[in-house]
Amino acid sequence: MLGEGIIQGLLETARNFFGSYVEKDRLTTVQFPEERRPLPEASRNFPFLLYDGTDPDAGLRCVSCQICEKECPPRCIHIEKSKDKKPDFVGKMQAYPAVFDIDVSVCMSCQICVEVCPFDAIRMDTEFELSTTDRFGSLLYTKRELAKSNEYYRKIHPTEAAECDARRAKDVEDTKAKAAAAAAAAAAKAAQAKDPAAAPPPASSASTNGAAAPARSEVKENQ
Amino acid sequence: MSNDLLEVDPIAGQGEIMEVSMGPHHPSTHGVFRMDVRLEGEKVVRLKPVFGYLHRNHEKIAEHGAYLAAIPYTDRLDYLCSMTNNWGYCLAVEKLAGITVPERAEYIRVIVAELTRFQNHAGLVGFLLQDMGASGTPLMYAFREREKVLDLFESLSGARMMCNYMRFGGLRVDATAAWLDEVRRLLPALPRFLDEFENLLRANEILMARTQGTGRLSRELAVSAGVTGPMLRASGVNYDVRKVDKYGIYDRFDFRVPLGDHGDVYDRYMMRILEMRETVKILEQALRGIPEGPIMDPKVRLRGLRPKAGEAYGRIESPKGELGFFLISDGTTNPYRYRVRPPSMINLTILEDMCLGQNIADVVVTLGSVDIVLGEVDR
Repeated sequence: MLGEGIIQGLLETARNFFGSYVEKDRLTTVQFPEERRPLPEASRNFPFLLYDGTDPDAGLRCVSCQICEKECPPRCIHIEKSKDKKPDFVGKMQAYPAVFDIDVSVCMSCQICVEVCPFDAIRMDTEFELSTTDRFGSLLYTKRELAKSNEYYRKIHPTEAAECDARRAKDVEDTKAKAAAAAAAAAAKAAQAKDPAAAPPPASSASTNGAAAPARSEVKENQ
Repeated sequence: MSNDLLEVDPIAGQGEIMEVSMGPHHPSTHGVFRMDVRLEGEKVVRLKPVFGYLHRNHEKIAEHGAYLAAIPYTDRLDYLCSMTNNWGYCLAVEKLAGITVPERAEYIRVIVAELTRFQNHAGLVGFLLQDMGASGTPLMYAFREREKVLDLFESLSGARMMCNYMRFGGLRVDATAAWLDEVRRLLPALPRFLDEFENLLRANEILMARTQGTGRLSRELAVSAGVTGPMLRASGVNYDVRKVDKYGIYDRFDFRVPLGDHGDVYDRYMMRILEMRETVKILEQALRGIPEGPIMDPKVRLRGLRPKAGEAYGRIESPKGELGFFLISDGTTNPYRYRVRPPSMINLTILEDMCLGQNIADVVVTLGSVDIVLGEVDR
């Protein structure tokens, strides 16, 4: 019968219309500004810089190695390396970025900077309500605007942040262990210099010295 | 185009010809695309697709960046199907550098690619019906389902559309057990949506009058023009890169390739519905068979990859057709030559042949059934 298909279709529309009152599956929208869905944990928008502790200048993790600047596909990161150095979280002296700008009007939120960063210093933010009336100044984020605390990171990406914290805690422990080993080796060497007769076999002492050499230089730099 | 107007026109002098420039911002032209249409009354006697308005220099940008830096740009080719674009590019780099992909990563690739196919086809049939004048209702139903898939993509990769998820040698992040459960929960809802959607319009007399016999594409012409994807299969040619190349692990799945008979708009519309059903089948099998394990080849250097000098062509069955990436390496960190074979552009070149002799209103419907995304056409 002509028109049968149309009636069949209208029945489907009716089912969806009335179903939307009872079935959550058929009415999936929310009244946005008042009602908000939680963002998924993996969600990303623009990058920010992480700092430890409370001072964004002293605790900034970035050592301005400039890998992210080089790897960024649209080249929206601009970094200028500092002349002086400051100690990082394990106490090693590192440079820091004198200037770190991200042009978010160019950034395409691809997360490649996060992937290539070996220092866990840059992460993706989830903030998306960033509209502004100033086209130029407000879209160029400087170091001060980009710096956000580790507590904030734990809040927006809990799983990822826990992994990152564990990795860094291990780094601190490793450095301590290395420093202790280096101190022990130094003590042994001092003892050996005082009393050459009691020296351990040369092969083993050489290997200990070789392994501990970089760690010892770190400790020296610290003092 | 302006030169063309000065040429002696073979159809001039056969009656009053009107020239209409449809686009570049016509609401139903799916983006910045223009058609120079010449009409005799309501009949189309000439049609010239004009594209390039969205050209973003994708290929040259990729040649100047590292291999890794091109992946987020491939998201922006066909911006509805970023997952399959990533896969095509990664496949080419993997062939070039001889990288193998772990089993689990292959399974997740199939799952996200088939979800992409589903959401692309759902969006397309919605838009196609919108072009025909079924304002709103089918499109909203289709978008409701598509949204569920996009939510899954967001919780997996962090972005709804610009996923940037695959890497040569595997994937960026692993899918958690919770995420896989989410997909399993979504799966039974998809056939229900398809049943309802078919009920809604399949037997609709207006739809049939509008689409059957419209925009015919013959088998021979489709093959000789290099048309691929659902459009080619609607003309009755059995060609699916998933079956022909068996890239990834597609040889392990049991699915059928639907074929059309007439090559008209109705066949192309039904082709998408049937392919969505097959997609659900593949998803079920992939979710059943997914193993545990690593998702990334540990030997791969993502940063500073230097493949040996040579060339490779990686192709996949994207929702729109055969998507190919051709790469030539000269041993440095960036490709010497990079070329994309965009399925929607090649499918679009045949538009004039499908529209000649039709009414102008059918041009819009025929264009809608081609399934173009201008990001891919213009690159």
